[in-house]
Amino acid sequence: MRPVAIGGIGKTVFGALYDRDLRSLAVEASRKAMEDAGVSTAQIEAFYLGNFAGPSFIGQNHLAPYIAADAGLAGVPATRFEAACASSGSAFFHAWTAVAAGVYETVLVCGVEKMTSQPTPKVTEILAAAGDTGGEVRAGATFPALFAMIAQRHMHEYGTTREHFASVAVKNHDHGFLNPYAHLRKRITLEQALAGKPVADPLTVFDCSLVSDGAAAVVLTTAERARDLAKPPVLVTGIAQTSDHVALDQKETITSFPAVCSAGAKAYRMAGLTPGDIEFAELHDCFTIAEIIAIEDLGFVNKGEGGPYSSSGATRIGGERPVNASGGLKSKGHPVGATGVAQLCDVAQQIRGEAGERQVARNHVGLAQNLGGSGATCVVAILNAA
Amino acid sequence: MKNGIVYTETVVHSAPEAYVKEAPYQIAIVTLEEGGRVTGRIRGERVKIDDPVEWVESVNGIHVFRKKA
Repeated sequence: MRPVAIGGIGKTVFGALYDRDLRSLAVEASRKAMEDAGVSTAQIEAFYLGNFAGPSFIGQNHLAPYIAADAGLAGVPATRFEAACASSGSAFFHAWTAVAAGVYETVLVCGVEKMTSQPTPKVTEILAAAGDTGGEVRAGATFPALFAMIAQRHMHEYGTTREHFASVAVKNHDHGFLNPYAHLRKRITLEQALAGKPVADPLTVFDCSLVSDGAAAVVLTTAERARDLAKPPVLVTGIAQTSDHVALDQKETITSFPAVCSAGAKAYRMAGLTPGDIEFAELHDCFTIAEIIAIEDLGFVNKGEGGPYSSSGATRIGGERPVNASGGLKSKGHPVGATGVAQLCDVAQQIRGEAGERQVARNHVGLAQNLGGSGATCVVAILNAA
Repeated sequence: MKNGIVYTETVVHSAPEAYVKEAPYQIAIVTLEEGGRVTGRIRGERVKIDDPVEWVESVNGIHVFRKKA
């Protein structure tokens, strides 16, 4: 395997973008990434798309060539990857395998979702189909409900509190307030977060990520070629994709995700790093409890300490290990299929020192963690400054 | 299906399209006496973690439990 690097990044703003369609968002992000890298469409050898539910949200299938051709890439292999909320993390992982193996020199990875074309109960139903539709979903579980049951168990086993959850929401809103590409640029107080409208007990609307439209893209190439591109290369030094049962009731424990633990362990091993070496991270805070569990599963703290650690301020910009300096899924927004690549764009932007007001001080080694469903897919990537 | 113990639970307020009229409703993952876990609906009194529950019936493939007296 040869070293691989992110040579260019591109994002659309995230939000309820009622006047934008899925394809125009994906094309905008793709063009921005190619422009950022200084590569032409002729240099792109394959197009990898991450998208969760385009067919359900907008009734369009065969999305990869549908987007690629419009982005000026007609002719290259164009394939869509679906892994629930880890769809574009998975697309990135598979793009990485092809470049690392020597199949391609330079490829484009894009993630996109257009969610606001449907009313909330329909969105809830489409998202729930990432769970086990024959079991938990039939019984009435939504995604907030699955993570609510995880939260209840975490509170029961470790004494985690609703205040711990709320501190994650307050922090991510504070970070997102500084991000011009974020969906909800609004600060909230701990009291507001605790008094939010209940969605699935104990989670309120402030514990849940947003229903957003948006796209993100990266140009992935060899470390060697990346040196000659327009922007400083960001090396992919560790990466892994893992899987587990889809149904929550099939897992031995639900306060930890084996797929996250093993993806983290594999990525650390590949990079020759330990959790203590990670200076900052973008973690999959689809719900506040998910960020707390990710901090634990990735070894930033011991099991059960994720809540107090979050409340301590350690994960704020300026803290010992900033988490979700972008605002996370909670404030930046969560266009499901775009999230994995968007996290990588955010980490790369930090490493390049281009994050403006949200810039973290220690920015040489960053980690991105993208979770699919209630832990059935996980992609962890470690990025380093060259 | 037999009796079991509540492993975890939640009350769903924001329901998917098919169940909007039933909200709020409680669901739980139940650790069964016979082994294994299943996700079902709770009928009647609300339950919490470690409460014993008994299986009542299966409606359209949904297991319904209630708190054991």
